[in-house]
Amino acid sequence: MNLFGNLEGFKMDVLKEVGNIGAGNAATALSQLLDKPIDMAVPKVQILPFEKIADKVGGPEQIVLAVFFRVEGEAPGNLFFILTPEAGKGLLHRLAGIEASDEEFFNEMEQSALSEIGNILAGSYLSSLADFTKLSMTPTVPGLAMDMAGAILNYGLIQFGEMGDDALLIDTTFLEGKEEVEGQFFLIPDPESFDKIFKSLGVPLTDD
Amino acid sequence: MIEEQNIVKVGMADLNVVKTSGIIRTTGLGSCVGLTLYDKNIQLAGMAHVMLPSSDIARDGQLNIAKYADTALPELVRKMTELGASRSRLVAKMAGGAQMFNFSSGGDHMRIGPRNVEACKLFLEEYKIPLLAEDTGANYGRTIEMDCISGILFIRSVQMGKKEL
Repeated sequence: MNLFGNLEGFKMDVLKEVGNIGAGNAATALSQLLDKPIDMAVPKVQILPFEKIADKVGGPEQIVLAVFFRVEGEAPGNLFFILTPEAGKGLLHRLAGIEASDEEFFNEMEQSALSEIGNILAGSYLSSLADFTKLSMTPTVPGLAMDMAGAILNYGLIQFGEMGDDALLIDTTFLEGKEEVEGQFFLIPDPESFDKIFKSLGVPLTDD
Repeated sequence: MIEEQNIVKVGMADLNVVKTSGIIRTTGLGSCVGLTLYDKNIQLAGMAHVMLPSSDIARDGQLNIAKYADTALPELVRKMTELGASRSRLVAKMAGGAQMFNFSSGGDHMRIGPRNVEACKLFLEEYKIPLLAEDTGANYGRTIEMDCISGILFIRSVQMGKKEL
């Protein structure tokens, strides 16, 4: 089966808009939390070989902080909120008044605060998607990890692994001022979710 | 650790071998398992980056045999015996199979790391290849490399630093 054979430009645009709406809402939520304007880059929708996905955050060995959510409901998938460890410390400081310890790893309270921030953002990301597509999409409890990007992202590719060696990624970067410090959202819908999303948005399904 | 000489890289769902001099490496193992085989007599090291336990779940289309434990091991053995390894001399070491995120609930795919480890062990047993050492499980990522002269498996992780098996 060619997983992505039918994803012509038009459908990619639809997925981009889906990412746009979700990330726009999350950016608004973040901006309210920080009381500061947050911009976001136009989402990128790409079909990438597994090997290349970690390159989006600096390579498989790059250390990143990630909050992971399994998306449950009618259009399941995987959602990652990814930050540099420094950006994570910055967020903790500004949002929770926590001066992160100098230790290399986040302590339990810091981790819990970061998970909660991720939770708020993922919640607003997904609820706007659910409104837009009229499909139920709810996040599981967040899982937090700080580790090699390859090891972390790999976790979100298992469903694709059963079908091929590529995955579709909707990737949005938040920007504060000129610096890309606020983080990235990666939405990796399960393969069977595409048709449901297209269908609910009235996109004709041309394939068999 | 080792000077940058003849590094053979193994990607995700990929396998390869290195002979006589050099090292073989795979980066960022999470729930995947880095399975290595070694023949000391001819200094031949092989490595597979296994992503899933069994090819049964593969849908139609081309089968990437390096991706599944049940197909990667036979292929690695085949490749190595072709290069002069003796099956009776092969020994195994492995690392990876972590559970990167901990959830109290969650489907079977959440446990993919431990399942990958179990599957690799099962097939090693079937092939009667002794497993000399492993660094598997827990909740952290690993980068591994094997020196084909010594057969030592070096493991690097963010949380636990360096290890040798």
